[in-house]
Amino acid sequence: MPYLGSEDLVKELKKALCNPHIQADRLRYRNVIQRVIRMSKLDQWGQAEVLNFLLRYQPRSEEELFDILNLLDSFLKSSSPSVVMGATKLFLILAKKFPHVQTDVLVRVKGPLLAACSSESRELCFAALCHVRQILHSLPGHFSSHYKKFFCSYSEPHYIKLQKVEVLCELVNDENVQQVLEELRGYCTDVSADFSQAAIFAIGGIARTYTDQCVQILTELLGLRQEHITTVVVQTFRDLVWLCPQCTEAVCQALPGCEENIQDSEGKQALIWLLGVHGERIPNAPYVLEDFVENVKSETFPAVKMELLTALLRLFLSRPAECQDMLGRLLYYCIEEEKDMAVRDRGLFYYRLLLVGIDEVKRILCSPKSDPSLGLLEDPAERPVNSWASDFNTLVPVYGRARWATISKCQGAKHHGPELPNTASFATSGTLIPEENKETIQELPDSGALMLVPNLQLTAEYFEKTWLSLKVAHQQVLPWQGAVHADTLQMALQVVNIQTIAMSRAGARPWKAYLSAQDDTGCLFLTELLLEPENSEIQITVKQNEARMETLNSFISVLETVIGTIGNIKS
Amino acid sequence: MISQFFILSSKGDPLIYKDFRGDSGGRDVAELFYRKLMGLPGDESPVVMVTTGGGGWRHHDDRHFIHIRHSGLYLVATTSENISPFSLLELLSRLATLLGDYCGSLGEGTISRNVALVYELLDEVLDYGYVQTTSTEMLRNFIQTEPVVSKPFSLFDLSSVGLFGAETQQSKVAPSSAASRPVLSSRTDQSQKNEVFLDVVERLSVLIASNGSLLKVDVQGEIRLKSFLPSGSEIRIGLTEEFCVGKSELRGYGPGIRVDEVSFHSSVHLDEFESHRILRLQPAQGELTVMRYQLSDDLPSPLPFRLFPSVQWDRGSGRFQVYLKLRCDLPPKSQALNVRLHLPLPRGVVSLSQELSSPEQKAELGEGALRWDLPRVQGGSQLSGLFQMDVPGPPSHGPSTSAPPLGLGPASLSFELPRHTCSGLQVRFLRLTFRPCGNANPHKWVRHLSHSDAYVIRI
Repeated sequence: MPYLGSEDLVKELKKALCNPHIQADRLRYRNVIQRVIRMSKLDQWGQAEVLNFLLRYQPRSEEELFDILNLLDSFLKSSSPSVVMGATKLFLILAKKFPHVQTDVLVRVKGPLLAACSSESRELCFAALCHVRQILHSLPGHFSSHYKKFFCSYSEPHYIKLQKVEVLCELVNDENVQQVLEELRGYCTDVSADFSQAAIFAIGGIARTYTDQCVQILTELLGLRQEHITTVVVQTFRDLVWLCPQCTEAVCQALPGCEENIQDSEGKQALIWLLGVHGERIPNAPYVLEDFVENVKSETFPAVKMELLTALLRLFLSRPAECQDMLGRLLYYCIEEEKDMAVRDRGLFYYRLLLVGIDEVKRILCSPKSDPSLGLLEDPAERPVNSWASDFNTLVPVYGRARWATISKCQGAKHHGPELPNTASFATSGTLIPEENKETIQELPDSGALMLVPNLQLTAEYFEKTWLSLKVAHQQVLPWQGAVHADTLQMALQVVNIQTIAMSRAGARPWKAYLSAQDDTGCLFLTELLLEPENSEIQITVKQNEARMETLNSFISVLETVIGTIGNIKS
Repeated sequence: MISQFFILSSKGDPLIYKDFRGDSGGRDVAELFYRKLMGLPGDESPVVMVTTGGGGWRHHDDRHFIHIRHSGLYLVATTSENISPFSLLELLSRLATLLGDYCGSLGEGTISRNVALVYELLDEVLDYGYVQTTSTEMLRNFIQTEPVVSKPFSLFDLSSVGLFGAETQQSKVAPSSAASRPVLSSRTDQSQKNEVFLDVVERLSVLIASNGSLLKVDVQGEIRLKSFLPSGSEIRIGLTEEFCVGKSELRGYGPGIRVDEVSFHSSVHLDEFESHRILRLQPAQGELTVMRYQLSDDLPSPLPFRLFPSVQWDRGSGRFQVYLKLRCDLPPKSQALNVRLHLPLPRGVVSLSQELSSPEQKAELGEGALRWDLPRVQGGSQLSGLFQMDVPGPPSHGPSTSAPPLGLGPASLSFELPRHTCSGLQVRFLRLTFRPCGNANPHKWVRHLSHSDAYVIRI
């Protein structure tokens, strides 16, 4: 408990806020809260702390709620950002059933947030920008009239510039689009390549709404003939054509000539894709592709070769006369000389497809050229304020939602031990208020990081030897119910490429199983499952021949998922 | 609630390390932090970082690092909770101010000379990771260690000693190091002067379009007070009477000094503010931001600088000529110091020849940009520079000779304007209502200063 002024007060607060009986006694509780609120002698740390405590209180009636809000009003005017943000969070959560109150609060916090955004402390500025973005997700027009505050200045560090560009991208509207685009255009020629690319992608994002102006700017950028700019512009064009088919004509006119300035794999792929899909509108498309075919031997990226195969075949369908010869050459090269198996297989596949007949090729390759509906998917509708109110003034917006999800997933994987999640730290965790709208971030473990090798062959002797020589890397206990159906478990493990080496007979006590798996880098995971039915728990012991935490984590989460799923089927 | 706090030098050497809760790994955390900071990919922000599983498996070893950079030092706090970033950042910057107050100034040297003092301070400020108090006044009672101050020998000190006791010019100006002494040194040394420093500092950010029209003006102002007076003395600060807050209010008949938003420190009494624009406060020793204000879009005075560029560009020969005329619109008595113009150039510019209007100026090429340094610009004066550059490379097609080449600009200016505030806000008076026993009148220093935050002119 931090220092909050007088000793008595600390005691009383502690009692009232921690004791459920007193919490139930509405009058006393309210009394405490009012006393706390009226304490003017608190310093800013105390105020922020008190606001945090109050999050745990749920007013019993509407009248009481507004009473509290009125009492707390002065905190919104505090000169300390942490108090203002704490008060804002409290207001948002208390008023979760009154959207107009929430909007009102967000309007009032605008001033302090903007002041923090232009604060001298870079770090504070960054945190404020992250929160601005959070608010913009729900109220897109909220900061539109203040767009100038988010223009980057030369001396700012990189991470602030990137945040500002994101904010600008989100608050653009009919009135400020001209000025914002002009500003972003200036960033595109920045000395830092990363920053200029971020600005170009931002213009691409705005182009989904204001297509014509943006495509014009992007086309002008191609005139710079700079590699790092051209490649990003072409990638932006590719995404744009897919989402906004109306700009296809303009993009096709801009493309000729830019192949000279693209060297990297991503840019080449984007250009080749555009030439293949919209080649019938670009007069020199076959000749550009021909250059790529000529140089295919010196091409280092397999992905570019794959893209080239598909694009050329597509173009062949619309302009057969110009492409037939080089398609033949490319297929010959891919099948006879190419060393990369994936490219070779793709070549063979297209060759056989062509043998079947041109109609079949058309049926398979001529997919739709654009999909405007995808734009809506990518850019989810406005989120209600309540979906993030509990995250406001925490680290979540600062990390970004996506990164926070991965961070808490890692934590989840490790905390899954027998003990319950740590609820003792009441100051920031557990709110007493039920949150109906709280999204549960529970995704399947991302198996992309870990690639287990299928069909690993391991003899029982080798397993035993390795098992004995290694130390335990991880041990944990998972809940389990009932007996084990060995076949189901084995099948399920097989699906995720975990092999079963040996298992006890059904019904044996304790029941044991030994599993093994190997990932694509050769790291070996040996596992023992130990089940004692009376405990209704299954104990997992994992050993690893190379000590690498990330892969171990993802392996364990895979294992957990499987065992969790099987356990659920039973119960 | 924070788990650990440490201070690293700019090279990553740990200067101070303090573990408050003992719930996470040892001192190697500081090293871990620095390694992580250095190896961070460009698109991630260094302000908050997370480590997962650094130590053993037994602890759930997730630590969030939150840090600020202050005068070349990293002040880092770690926490394992999802805590309010605003509180933590504010705490860190408050700690930086406190350390500055107690050690004189914040820097690698002062910290390593005053390690014991710093640990003592940290012990009092934070207990088990919770903030106890950060008020200088309260901490005074607990801090026993004397700060170690090094006074570098300087010729300037000698020059202020007058010949035969004659008063020289220098003694009327506070030495620049006067404000950077520790607040507590008066404990033993009673002869220390009672001094109070009041700074009105404004940061100006401006964006001017290529046709000369003003796109954005933004002034962030602060009134900062650093007091060495014994506590309990009351200070009254009188601001310009025409000062008004908000768009609607109007005071006086002259051009009002208008700001959009004002916030005051919680210890400021505002009962005389409405009628006479007087701020009343009893400051604790140390530094304090009395008032913050913002002003955007309409500025009462003209902008300090105007830039008139003209660019000629001959694509055929790759010759490229920039003529810059800089006009300073300050009143003739004022001047701007350390003016630096930064102009990004198209890629591949190699050589530079220059014709500058006065010898003290300097211009050079670096990092793909032109840098033009003007140490001193008098108000009302006009300076010019003619720069010729070569852009080698294949002569590109297109006959345009007048259009500026892509990749040029925008120009940004950085400068300082001593004795000038862009908003026009002035401190009318600074009065102290306290009677020092047997001591001379306290010295009062009032400074006004504006400097550029971002002064960008598109070309």
